[in-house]
Amino acid sequence: MADEHGVLIAGEIQEGRLSQSTRELLAHGRGLADALGEELAVALLGDDVGDTPKEAIAFGADRVYAVTDPILQDTPFDAYVTAIHKVCLEHPPRVILLAKDDIGTEVGPRLACRLDTAAAQDCLDVRIDPADKRLIAERPVYGGSCIATVTCSQTPMVAIVRGKTTEPLERDDSRQGEVVAIAAGLDPSTVKTRMTEEVAEASEGVRLEDASIIVAGGRGLGGPEPFQAELQELADALGAPLGASRAVVDAGWVPYSYQIGLTGKTVTPNLYITVGISGASQHMAGCSGAKVIVAINKDAEANIFKDARYGIVGDWKKVLPALTEQVKALG
Amino acid sequence: MPLHIIVTAKQVMDPESPASAYRVDREAKRVVPTAPIPPVINGFDENGLEAALRIKDAGDDVKVTVLSAGPSFVMDVMKKALSMGTDEMVLVQDDALDGISDSMITARVLALAIQKIGDFDLIIAGRQASDWDNAQVPLILAEMLGLPCITITRKVEVKGGEVVCEHIIDNGYQVVSASLPAVVTVSNELGEPRYPNIRNIMAAARKTPTTWSLADIGMSESDLAPKLQMLDLYVPEKQSQVEFIEGENEEDAGRKLAIKLREAKLI
Ligand SMILES: Cc1cc2nc3c(=O)[nH]c(=O)nc-3n(C[C@H](O)[C@H](O)[C@H](O)COP(=O)(O)OP(=O)(O)OC[C@H]3O[C@@H](n4cnc5c(N)ncnc54)[C@H](O)[C@@H]3O)c2cc1C
Ligand SMILES: Nc1ncnc2c1ncn2[C@@H]1O[C@H](COP(=O)(O)O)[C@@H](O)[C@H]1O
Repeated sequence: MADEHGVLIAGEIQEGRLSQSTRELLAHGRGLADALGEELAVALLGDDVGDTPKEAIAFGADRVYAVTDPILQDTPFDAYVTAIHKVCLEHPPRVILLAKDDIGTEVGPRLACRLDTAAAQDCLDVRIDPADKRLIAERPVYGGSCIATVTCSQTPMVAIVRGKTTEPLERDDSRQGEVVAIAAGLDPSTVKTRMTEEVAEASEGVRLEDASIIVAGGRGLGGPEPFQAELQELADALGAPLGASRAVVDAGWVPYSYQIGLTGKTVTPNLYITVGISGASQHMAGCSGAKVIVAINKDAEANIFKDARYGIVGDWKKVLPALTEQVKALG
Repeated sequence: MPLHIIVTAKQVMDPESPASAYRVDREAKRVVPTAPIPPVINGFDENGLEAALRIKDAGDDVKVTVLSAGPSFVMDVMKKALSMGTDEMVLVQDDALDGISDSMITARVLALAIQKIGDFDLIIAGRQASDWDNAQVPLILAEMLGLPCITITRKVEVKGGEVVCEHIIDNGYQVVSASLPAVVTVSNELGEPRYPNIRNIMAAARKTPTTWSLADIGMSESDLAPKLQMLDLYVPEKQSQVEFIEGENEEDAGRKLAIKLREAKLI
């Protein structure tokens, strides 16, 4: 389509405010829109979008599509896809950005299919090719062991962007923008799945995604007990939550909500202390954004030491209690 | 009429193989094996097979068909799906599928094959394939077939014309259901895939997969033009900068680490 224009973000509202991921997408989108010399628009969906359009403009949007419908109250994915698709038909964008979360990973590919175009999941970086104004994205493949640079032979291209790959812009309430109201007019029969129950299993305390220090344990701990004892003790001394590799989640030592990696959580702490983790690419895919990685592993050849800033080659049974004791002593 | 479940399963390079077992051919934009390590059925697809077989164990009349698409197959590897206890296997095998990483094309191939298979009630796929980690073929497939889709599940049951799943979310799970036919994707939290038993291995030995080419399913040349284009494929450069903390013994190293982290203002 010749009249495709600008960047569209599929935004998300959480407890009446723009989600953190949407604010990050606005920073990515602002960069792309400026490179294109075109507009940055964000679609906000809900039964009521409240004050979020103003917030979106303050964080970088030129235009907000306020898409409302009673069905959108608890964002069923089917309705979400249909609503965003409608926005894309009425105002065709060149680039569509979604967040890599429960909603974006589902909606992105389905939206791309309806628009008969391509989507790229889990993008670490997005930029515009100045030569032909196409979107270029970098994404990890083969378990994070290598990176593919991809683009789309046509517009629009859909990119599902990983969280914490940029910082939101400074909020500027003097920024000006336009708000366009769109009644989604959704047909309830298009919602084909039904959620009947939601069960929270996560541990209390700091969320891994928000933690500045994380202590993560792997198969090298040898069983579930050290997670409750030695590892927990270090975590408590640091005020840090516990994370884990998939190997120990699969073994049932800790619940899935602890898992960090390609198919677990993406974390970006200042300090990531690993104990008995080998450093498989699928694990590192979730923690490579950590500022400083510390590894305690008895195998000097373990992969984890390639990513670590500080390392101890040794048995955690000896290293860990002494480390914890010293941390406590330092206060 | 039996309840017919189709499980999609992709043959992939073993993701657990050491880094030395493959290299990135930047020119060809391919990951190529350097050692003769056999491929595997994508791990999440083995979980998908297990999900289907659990439904088969619980039901009276359930048929499970395995569906795979690719340029070539190692039969010893793919036969594992039959040896686990599935009933039939359909392979879409065509040289033209070599190097395809565009999910739209793969989903089109699977959709056409499923339409040729005909009647089905449930499609079970893995949450993602461990080669390109696209995590989108089942979603696109559901769109193409106009079916509901429930992703990343750890429990799949069929009850009274509906599929009822536990869909994993960030901090727990949701119980989500949809009318059949539907598409469901499965994650490893579903549990270990079963080992083939002797009876099923013998039954599998007598089975021959149905093999179709792209022409057989009515796929045209124009359907093979990728929309997603790979410009580069590379191994990110990593400069190891590890500082090993040593002490008189391991305990001493532990203490020194704490002091180091404090000096660096990290704790
Ligand atoms: C598609 C796919 C997705 C995946 N997703 C994820 C994911 O999201 N997250 C994830 O973590 N993994 C994931 N994996 C699994 C990943 O490939 C590895 O298998 C896993 O991360 C290994 O966990 P580990 O490091 O705890 O165990 P291991 O690899 O077994 O490492 C244990 C380490 O402990 C050390 N050790 C043993 N004893 C001691 C001791 N006494 N003191 C000190 N060190 C000791 C050993 O030297 C070894 O290095 C995925 C795999 C696939 C195929
Ligand atoms: N070539 C293929 N043959 C059979 N199933 C496939 C194929 N490609 C993808 N799938 C299915 O789709 C799921 C997700 O794959 P992907 O979207 O490529 O990550 C896989 O776990 C498989 O179940």
